[in-house]
Amino acid sequence: MSLVGKSNGHKEPVNALVVRAAGTNCDQETVHALTLAGATCDVKHVNEILTGRIRLHPFQIVVFPGGFSYGDDIAAGKVLANELRLRLKDQLQRYVESGKLVIGICNGFQVLIKSGLLPGFDTIDSEQLATLTLNDSARFQCEWVGMAAENSAATWLDGLPPVFELPIAHGEGKFITASPKVLALLKKNRQVILRYAPVNPNGSEAAIAGICNARGNVVAMMPHPERFVTRYQHPNWPSLPARPNDVGDGFFFWEKAVAHAKSLFQGVAR
Amino acid sequence: MLSTSEKANAKVVPILSAVDAELESISKTGMLSLTLEEMKTIQAYFKTAGRDPLDAELETIAQTWSEHCFHKTFRGAYEYTEVALDGEDALAKTPRTYENLLKETVFKATTEINAPWCLSVFKDNAGVIAFDDEDAVCFKVETHNHPSALEPYGGAGTGLGGVIRDVLGCGLGGKPVMNTDVFCFGPLDTPASALPEGALHPKRIAKGVVSGVRDYGNRMGIPTANGAIYFDPGYVGNPLVFCGTVGIIPNSMIEKSVKPGDLVVAVGGRTGRDGVHGATFSSAPLEKGITSSVVQIGHAIMEKKTMDALLQARNKRLYRGVTDCGAGGFSSAIGELGKDTGVRVDLEKAPLKYQGLAPWEIWISESQERMVLAVPPENWNTLRTLFANENVEAVVLGTFTDDKRLTVAFNNDVVVSLDMDFLHDGAPKLRLKAEWDTNIHRKRYREENLPVAAGGVSREDIGGTLKALLAHPVIASKESVVRQYDHEVQGGSIVKPFMGAEKDGPTDAAVFRPKLSTWRGVAVSNGMNTELGKWDPYVMAKAAVDEAYRNLISVGGGLKEAAILDNFCWGDQKNPHDLAALVRASEGAKEAALAYGLPFISGKDSFHNTWRAPDGQLHSIPPTLLISAIGVIDDVRQCLTSGLRDADNLLYVVGETRAETRGSLVAALWKDDSGRLPMVKLSESKSLYKKLQAAMKHKFVLSCHDLSDGGLAVAAAEMAFGSALGVELEPGNKGFDLGSQLFNETPGRFLVEVAVANKEVFEQTIGLLFADRVGKTVKKPSVAIRVDGKIVFEETTRALKDIWKRTLAGM
Repeated sequence: MSLVGKSNGHKEPVNALVVRAAGTNCDQETVHALTLAGATCDVKHVNEILTGRIRLHPFQIVVFPGGFSYGDDIAAGKVLANELRLRLKDQLQRYVESGKLVIGICNGFQVLIKSGLLPGFDTIDSEQLATLTLNDSARFQCEWVGMAAENSAATWLDGLPPVFELPIAHGEGKFITASPKVLALLKKNRQVILRYAPVNPNGSEAAIAGICNARGNVVAMMPHPERFVTRYQHPNWPSLPARPNDVGDGFFFWEKAVAHAKSLFQGVAR
Repeated sequence: MLSTSEKANAKVVPILSAVDAELESISKTGMLSLTLEEMKTIQAYFKTAGRDPLDAELETIAQTWSEHCFHKTFRGAYEYTEVALDGEDALAKTPRTYENLLKETVFKATTEINAPWCLSVFKDNAGVIAFDDEDAVCFKVETHNHPSALEPYGGAGTGLGGVIRDVLGCGLGGKPVMNTDVFCFGPLDTPASALPEGALHPKRIAKGVVSGVRDYGNRMGIPTANGAIYFDPGYVGNPLVFCGTVGIIPNSMIEKSVKPGDLVVAVGGRTGRDGVHGATFSSAPLEKGITSSVVQIGHAIMEKKTMDALLQARNKRLYRGVTDCGAGGFSSAIGELGKDTGVRVDLEKAPLKYQGLAPWEIWISESQERMVLAVPPENWNTLRTLFANENVEAVVLGTFTDDKRLTVAFNNDVVVSLDMDFLHDGAPKLRLKAEWDTNIHRKRYREENLPVAAGGVSREDIGGTLKALLAHPVIASKESVVRQYDHEVQGGSIVKPFMGAEKDGPTDAAVFRPKLSTWRGVAVSNGMNTELGKWDPYVMAKAAVDEAYRNLISVGGGLKEAAILDNFCWGDQKNPHDLAALVRASEGAKEAALAYGLPFISGKDSFHNTWRAPDGQLHSIPPTLLISAIGVIDDVRQCLTSGLRDADNLLYVVGETRAETRGSLVAALWKDDSGRLPMVKLSESKSLYKKLQAAMKHKFVLSCHDLSDGGLAVAAAEMAFGSALGVELEPGNKGFDLGSQLFNETPGRFLVEVAVANKEVFEQTIGLLFADRVGKTVKKPSVAIRVDGKIVFEETTRALKDIWKRTLAGM
């Protein structure tokens, strides 16, 4: 497939770990997107991390992809979030403090917010300060929606197209904070990375579609950039103008993630 | 081996000396759904064995011989006679006899076509066709009608769960890549007084079914990207729920090879009392008072985990055979896998949801999310660890043997001991009479079940008719339902359910990439025309194949190999008129498949779709045939959609429009049946489709939509919905009224958009006779109809789209 070159122009490959659990279902397209962007991917069941067979530190990117982890029983992402919070806290803390990337998409966002990695005012918040709850429609919604990129603490995302479209596919994607203070702090810290625009499809506070932690290396969003890596995935692709390599706007997110991960090699002593 | 004395774990059922009435009563009270002749065959078998059967043995036979598992009606011998109205509806040669209807119609088409791309047909859990050098695609569509009538949410969810397992149980396991769902409901505005006793209201059924499919399919991470919803009063007492799954499977893994000594391993969910007698229950009419314990309870994440583990085990080649536990549970699954070898099972090893199940209940329970594997003993430890790592239970239930017997024990107490040959080939052949009488058929379906016309519009009111058709629930946008399904998961979706400038224009077929590493894709579509079947199931079947095929062709992309699946949902298998309708539909399906070179690769039939009306009469649903089509697309980037591309292009109907309004939606709306029944001109269409595909290949066609429900005007409006443009139709004079030209449903037609610059080459490619210029695209976003240059109707695309989207917005 001649979409985008697989080489990242550096001898060291960027290693990405895609974490799955029972009910994870976007691992395949996530791996595809990361690979197109030049990363080398491993997909591992969370059991392998919990039992210590797999460690996080050899990876520069850890992704929690979309799906219905453990059926989203109790609440979306809650069970996996508890596994992370209760059984993997120290390792996650060290990983995040090392500056490497954690990415959560859809169910992964739900997991990160319920585990305290987001909003991430501390490395791992001691209590849950925001949540993703039932859409205003009280239904699962699968549709393409408009996005506006914000300049945020995740500076590695600078330069995304200012507006673009991505698909959403969730029943519990309405972002709400525990108090106005949390929302104010998110804004003050420039932790909002994406907003829905012009239409807010699920009733999220401030039309927030994605956020990052205070340091900018844990990022998550409800829409699926991995489902728009070629223009042929867009619902109006026959009428879209041609563009180099036929990439879709979601590709740029993964490209920037891999580029940032690559810069970590150069930035830290090894 | 077995004594006739009472056993701890099984009850002896005394049948050796039973007279006919007693045999019938044993079948009825045991919910076995076995006929007298079948009971007598069983009696004879046990007479030779010199003992009475045990309850678990009778249950095993009943499951294996059930309509659901064995298709006994469709495989029956038929004597068909007819009283036809005129030459139009007479089959070529009557009386006709068939030794095996299925074999001589549907199977025969496949055998005669003998397509090299058919890799596995009618013998496994799904049909398999070639995809590329490494992989093949498998496809199966099933019904789950009775469970969905009783318990819509659970019934539909487990219907989908079941067909997904069919793909997982095909060959050594296909990886599911797409789901398709077709539903037939009673009209949502059916008055409560019209409901049969005990039946749920269509609104409640629809809501439950959609939620069930949504919650199961979304959790499985399989895109639900194609489907249809049909409404007809004939489905009030008995809705139809068709669920289908496409999978991708390595070419080297299409065959199973179970060997004696392999372990019988059950993986996935535990066994409970849910779904006991599901298979035999589906072989009886729907009546008040049926217990809902026949409906299974689904748990999608269990199936997802099982799938994740199974596909890893497959890739490591840890097992030699796999099948799913569907109808009949372990009894069918293990019986099927061990058919050629023999098998011994120890039921006490089966993990249970709770204690207290009798051995026969464990044996036939249809609890969901279970698969059975044939595992070489040396691989058992690796396999067990692999499943444990995914939090999935795997247990050894027994061993495949070489004695060609089915032996089932509970704590070493043998509860089933049967010859595989008797079990699988011992059922007596049904001998059936099929009597076609056009008048009786039309009276049954046309008069007793007249469609509720949405408003009664006059033939002259062009605008009113167009609006009424766009609002008709069969045509109206199903977006409110489709958006509840994740149709984007796995990232392969190319032609989505809705596309265009506002992302809400309808499409003809779903196109997706089963592997993200290649631009080669798969297209899936369907065809169904219940309304035509009320006139003549023979025409209906041909039209259904034609429609499914045209839907595939419409998306362009260099369609290569294609194949179809049949799903017959029929009424009373004891009624000679219903059986005649079956014969006619089977003949029609065969003819169309042969003409188009479209082999059937898999199928299913569901009988007993009957219900008791408030007046106490037993009604059959209208004969319903769903044809599902699958095709391989050479390059998905070359695909076409139905949304218009640019202003000032030409619009052509490709195909011949005839004055045939009978059996169309508009005829019901006009309450006017005076037109002719449409003809499906198969050989003419075949060569025309080739020409259209050539025109597509040369890029003369910019957008394309098949003409079906609502005809030309509805198709033109829908093409405008998928764009920011408008259309002006001027169909010209064909010697019959404008309404028929705009709204009739003559099969074999497409509406295509062609640039003015390509006018000549396009017309040359198609031939002037069948390239019927009917209008043009315009910048102004409206739909206008001109007669002799004068506009007789014009409405904004926005207003028409609102009408089209409103009817089912709350579904």
